[in-house]
Amino acid sequence: MNHTEQLKALDDARWRIAIALTAAMMALYFGFILLVAYAKPMLGRLVVPGLSLGILLGALVIVAAWVLIWIYVRWANTHYDAAIDALRGRS
Amino acid sequence: MTGIFFFIFIALSLGVTYVAARRTRSVEHFYTAGGSVTGLQNGLALAGDYMSAASFLGIAGLVSLSGFDGLIYSIGFLVGWPVVMFLIAEPLRNLGRYTFADVVAFRLRQAPVRVAASIGSLAVVSFYLIAQMVGAGNLIRLLFGFQYEYAVAIVGIVMLGYVLFGGMMATTWVQIIKAVLLLSGAFLLAVMALSRFHFSPLALFSAASEQYGAAVLAPGRLVSNPFDAMSLGLALMLGTAGLPHILMRFYTVKDAKTARLSVSYATAFIGFFYLLTFILGFGAMVLVGQPAIRAIDAGGNMAAPLLAKAVGGDAFLGFISAVAFATILAVVAGLTLAGAATLSHDLWVNVVRHGVSSDREELKVARAATVVLGLLAIVLGIIFKGQNVAYMVGLAFAIAASANFPALVLSMFWRKFTTRGAQMSMLVGTASSLILIYFSPTIQLDVLKNPTAWFPLRNPGLVSIPLSFAVGMVVALLWPEPEADARFAEVEQRIHATGSLRP
Repeated sequence: MNHTEQLKALDDARWRIAIALTAAMMALYFGFILLVAYAKPMLGRLVVPGLSLGILLGALVIVAAWVLIWIYVRWANTHYDAAIDALRGRS
Repeated sequence: MTGIFFFIFIALSLGVTYVAARRTRSVEHFYTAGGSVTGLQNGLALAGDYMSAASFLGIAGLVSLSGFDGLIYSIGFLVGWPVVMFLIAEPLRNLGRYTFADVVAFRLRQAPVRVAASIGSLAVVSFYLIAQMVGAGNLIRLLFGFQYEYAVAIVGIVMLGYVLFGGMMATTWVQIIKAVLLLSGAFLLAVMALSRFHFSPLALFSAASEQYGAAVLAPGRLVSNPFDAMSLGLALMLGTAGLPHILMRFYTVKDAKTARLSVSYATAFIGFFYLLTFILGFGAMVLVGQPAIRAIDAGGNMAAPLLAKAVGGDAFLGFISAVAFATILAVVAGLTLAGAATLSHDLWVNVVRHGVSSDREELKVARAATVVLGLLAIVLGIIFKGQNVAYMVGLAFAIAASANFPALVLSMFWRKFTTRGAQMSMLVGTASSLILIYFSPTIQLDVLKNPTAWFPLRNPGLVSIPLSFAVGMVVALLWPEPEADARFAEVEQRIHATGSLRP
């Protein structure tokens, strides 16, 4: 592969990961909203005294946002930056 | 007591402004603090720009009065940040210089794109400003007993002082101070509230459900229509990635890697803060009581200050009130700076002057624009006195998501995007958001008191965002622009420039 093709491949990889992670966040959040709309009694059920399933899942959506960002940052810091540096070094 | 904390904050922030003013000599410093902000600093400043008084007082109030339903907002306001991270932050940093329109116009014809982008940006900034100014007036009247008009004028003038003299450097530091105060204030308040419940959030939730029924821990009436909730959710999620004052912050760091780091910090802080609102809301519900919260403000906006008084007495009330005030000031400053950059950099330099202007001239125009926007904010705040403006933050997010986000994404990632496509996408996004919200229950039922509304959704996002994407793409496919297509290679090259390159 020449330089341009490698850059293109890297671009495609970043794009795929960005789309996949964005889709994951949307699926989780809109899944939560749909549960809020259609499964009200289920979300009101207590997991342990004081903690309803709704509050637990809500807090987990926030935690999921952190986890998705962590996955992206880890990929970008290890793979993406290194690949860019390598390509640059050669150009 | 409140006065002491208030004056400490004002003195500290004006001191920072004085130091910043001596370094703000060029346009680049005025708009971006010379790209010298670190990842942690920018993370805090992003959090400062984003955590408005609406989220601190409004969401805590909503949770205190409606329990679980209020939490839906807490969560909605956070989930936009991963989108900012994955799609926007790094490419934006690499492609632009001062405003997000730099990125949209990168390979397109400057003037038409910038005019359309300015309309969207200024609409977002104006509606956001109105919501903040009216909130400021009411809050200060409640907290300090000042007359509404004076309160609005004080906020406007102090904010003008920050932005006019200290530019982005002062605005950034005001955001950082505010973010630290807000995070530590909210944390302290949550800990003090939890100390009454053996430091167990579950014991607090149990107490709430014993007192007000198990319904407070379950979804209630707020999301009666799932399309409404999806529409608001979509606007909050994609709107975050289209707010001009948030996007502008990515130019204050030296490179894309630092932009990435700053979103990580920002999301950590903002998520932590919204988790705290769970505790603050339920804490106020139990320790202050719903009747007492409603008695002072029917919307519940005083829940957090009242909780502070209940757990920490007048001194703590003073501290939390000063924090709420700092919060409003900082958000207003960020919005004004973003609006000024749009007026001077996008409209004056790139449209009126066709991109040819001296640094000196641009700085002068930017400062003049700041004064105009500051005065406009005061006037709008006074005009909308006593109006129900709660919907305006939702509207600002809807316009940001419909006008700015689609054009930004398409210009960076879609080769075939064109000037006309960008222009139409941004104009249709702005216009459809405004028209649909006018015919929605939000305006027709709540504001105009009409019996019915023609458009069923309270937030236009679910219709206006896909519409703006569709219009942009159809127009671009019908009227191709070979020059823009040819210059896409430059975008692809630049997007990867993770170093400290400045275009």
